[in-house]
Amino acid sequence: MNIAVLLKQTFDTEERIVLSDGKVAEEGVKFVVNPYDEYAIEEAIRLKEAHGGQVTALSLGPARAAEALRTALAMGADEAIWIDDAGIPQDEFAAAEAIAAVLRQHPCDLVLGGSFSVDTGGAQVAVRVAAALGLPHVTSITKLTVDGGTASVERDAEGDLERIDVTLPALFTAQQGLNEPRYPSLPGIMKAKKKPFKSFAAEDLGLADGGNSARTARVSLSLPKGRQAGQLLQGDLQEQAETLVGLLRAGSKSI
Amino acid sequence: MSKTYLIVAEHRDGKLRRVALEALRAAADCADAGEEIHAALLGEGLDGLAAELATYPLAQVHAIEGEALRFYNPEAYIRALVPLLESLRPDGLFLGHTAIGRDLAPALAARLSAGQISDVTAIERKDGDTVFVRPLYAGKAIERRTFSAFPQVVTVRPNNLPAAEPRADGGTADIVKLTATPEADLRTVVREVVRKTAGKIDLTEAKIVVAGGRGVKSAEGFKPLEELAGMLGGAVGASRGACDAGYCDYGLQIGQTGKVVTPEIYIACGISGAIQHLAGMSGSRIIVAINKDPEAPIFGIADYGIVGDLFEVVPLLTQAFRKALAK
Repeated sequence: MNIAVLLKQTFDTEERIVLSDGKVAEEGVKFVVNPYDEYAIEEAIRLKEAHGGQVTALSLGPARAAEALRTALAMGADEAIWIDDAGIPQDEFAAAEAIAAVLRQHPCDLVLGGSFSVDTGGAQVAVRVAAALGLPHVTSITKLTVDGGTASVERDAEGDLERIDVTLPALFTAQQGLNEPRYPSLPGIMKAKKKPFKSFAAEDLGLADGGNSARTARVSLSLPKGRQAGQLLQGDLQEQAETLVGLLRAGSKSI
Repeated sequence: MSKTYLIVAEHRDGKLRRVALEALRAAADCADAGEEIHAALLGEGLDGLAAELATYPLAQVHAIEGEALRFYNPEAYIRALVPLLESLRPDGLFLGHTAIGRDLAPALAARLSAGQISDVTAIERKDGDTVFVRPLYAGKAIERRTFSAFPQVVTVRPNNLPAAEPRADGGTADIVKLTATPEADLRTVVREVVRKTAGKIDLTEAKIVVAGGRGVKSAEGFKPLEELAGMLGGAVGASRGACDAGYCDYGLQIGQTGKVVTPEIYIACGISGAIQHLAGMSGSRIIVAINKDPEAPIFGIADYGIVGDLFEVVPLLTQAFRKALAK
């Protein structure tokens, strides 16, 4: 079974956001594999271990994305594809076009991704890739089993659980709870250095023409108003509880 | 040129979801006077819902019924909507940023070769431009975005935009009943839906959220929080710490991984306030922190803080609310 995993390199979720020249500053920031994509990598490797086949990790991004791809290789993916995002607009339509262009040359039985990225969080690219490739999709899965040409998945729908069967090839996005991603082992890290690593630029994908124009664009970026510490209530706990009830009832119509 | 807008109206347990009315309000905010807004409803037995939706300012309600639409099924929903999209040719498509909207919107956007702006929290119109405001990094930064072409697809974050109001003149929209063609060749089959949330308030739509962290110590420890939330008509949430420790389901997780919530009142119990958690709840209107540790970072962003053991404080709060609300 050949599996492609879509992954994105993101800021570690414990990072604060600092703006400089109207952009998010990247100096000194710790980058990680988007946490939801990590579940997708792990699931792909487990499926390969059970059914055989090949796992290809694919990432669209700047040069630093190579680090995330190397992590996937070290975890157990067989090959990596990096699409250089220079010349590809920061827009989900454009991103999906680029990724689909690569996957059309690289047919697989299963495409896995994360349910959203913790940075831009649009939750669009994977589903758009499925549409571009004509694949059925299910998002936010917490369980995946493959039996012949059918995948059975469990989907988390805002706390409800849906059991869905899908004919392969198909695309799924991973929700927390799908698995517990492994850490790359030292031999895994050593082996990763020798695994195939392909690079594509926009012009290699025939995207340099108007067909890949972005559909949306950023106008501005800002930071939210910071919250200030309010008051610590005083008195014994019973008094504090009663004070709080009074404050909340006075301050909100919802109680 | 006069434009046409379409919302896909979500419903649950036989009721319209509030986010459907928020999506309608978003469409109305983007439309100019006289432009038409339509609504699509999908499912089975939609007469009552269609009649209710028709009381809102809409040109038409398209009620699409079919056996395969009983539960959300991406493939069946897309196929059922395509004929409507082809006949209506909407310039704008609006959905909630929900389990269904997140799944369906990009699939429809791809079929329309359209751009999508996701998880919109506000819409600004000035000098003829429509600007969409949305969070980045779960709210650690805010982005303003515009479309460069039509059609446009938008998903709105629940609980942020005002909900549309029914028409003041008592008039109603036309209801167009459609039947989805039965599909024998669907590659996606929904076998079963386990309703774990039946009767519960959805976390992202709740006006009041009572959330527990590592300080809750066990699954059992969530009981007092559930009691408080239940009495206030709110929902229970959790920090990643509590979920990772196995005290509760990942579906309850609030943070940069997990859900972002923006309730009216957020009561954090035994949550220290890691940066990734704060990202998921800082947009709440009023934040209350209950924690044993006076140095916990959560107090730095809380409007009201109580330093104390949550197992003492939460039951006292429940009791105080019960007393106050009984009056």
